[in-house]
Amino acid sequence: MKTIKIFSFALGMSLMTFNCSNNDDAVMEIKTPDFSGTYAQEDQMGRPAVNTVFVSAASKDNFNVTIPSAQQAAFQSMFQTNLEALSPAFANPGDTNALGQTSAAFTGLLATDVLNVSLDGTTTFYDGTHVLTGRALADDVITVELLLIFGGEDFSENPGLSNDNVDANDKSFFTSFPYLASPW
Amino acid sequence: MKNLKRISKIGVIAIACTFIIAADHIDAPAVQGGNSDITDFYAFQGKNTDNLVFVANLQGLLSPSATSSATFDENVLVEFNIDNTGDHVEDLVIQAIPRDGKMYFFGPIVPSQTGINSTVEISSTVGGVVDITTGSNAIVATKNGMSFFAGPRDDPFFMDFAQYSAIIGGTSTSFNSPGADTFAGTNVMSIVVEVPKSMIGESGTINTWVESKRK
Repeated sequence: MKTIKIFSFALGMSLMTFNCSNNDDAVMEIKTPDFSGTYAQEDQMGRPAVNTVFVSAASKDNFNVTIPSAQQAAFQSMFQTNLEALSPAFANPGDTNALGQTSAAFTGLLATDVLNVSLDGTTTFYDGTHVLTGRALADDVITVELLLIFGGEDFSENPGLSNDNVDANDKSFFTSFPYLASPW
Repeated sequence: MKNLKRISKIGVIAIACTFIIAADHIDAPAVQGGNSDITDFYAFQGKNTDNLVFVANLQGLLSPSATSSATFDENVLVEFNIDNTGDHVEDLVIQAIPRDGKMYFFGPIVPSQTGINSTVEISSTVGGVVDITTGSNAIVATKNGMSFFAGPRDDPFFMDFAQYSAIIGGTSTSFNSPGADTFAGTNVMSIVVEVPKSMIGESGTINTWVESKRK
């Protein structure tokens, strides 16, 4: 990679300069950062709150090291059981959320924990029009998920459970890179 | 542990130990409170609409005082995974790993292996490097249409975590109105990379996720 080559060249030059002024016999050594080795997975995330809400306590670590292409087979059934236990909106056969998804269909979507992102325009978790086309910083993803979990077929069920009434971040975001607000 | 001390101050420690919910903050026993704990993942169209932005946040619930001593671990690789063929297997990765005060980015590049183990793709011809920000003013770098940032930021996540925990714990039956943002006033360690869409795919929908991996 060019950056590293330039960096290592500059580093080498500075070492050489330093060495020349102190010890003419020193061997110039070009050092690049050591990136060797194998890195093994510890955590992963696609959509917000999936592991925390739908995965049973004893399986949370396992979920984090199960690759997405294997998650459906390993976790969909658990997700469905936990969803039906959690939400009265899915207590009866045939119950759906506002996307028309049964508990099986909804958890079938969520069990593969990837974030779907459109390359063609608006990117949002849900804005009333676009559904799962990305995740923007200001998206109220928790209320969207609560509505889909507790809100029933038309978002009207369990109103006390389907909105946490925290609708925005505590700091404004920047409109340009790096977008996130400065730290407290 | 500082994270949990902060939570205990708002009175949900007993519940937090059993019922953890946030975007992905402290989501599982093996990673919670550690420097590989992913708290959040965002992917959205950039200000330049020809670009996509990926955000990985780690080490949630940092108080302002804890933030000044928070660092990225040189043994932890953060990897953005991109599936542009619909099979939920990564076709491209963007890797970020710190060395000596700088965050190195490799990719987007086809990974030499997919799955839970990775090596750093040092042969990548695209990527960049940025000085890790330590204060409030963001240090950014750009190269070949990509932009890079790494450092502390306000946690962009917002939720009444405490009240949700009370509901799940059986001590309350509904949210409050207005709610209280449990994550107000807390920071995370952020990695942000903006990349031309042309380096990822032409059109349609991609599947993407973020991983932390330790040497």
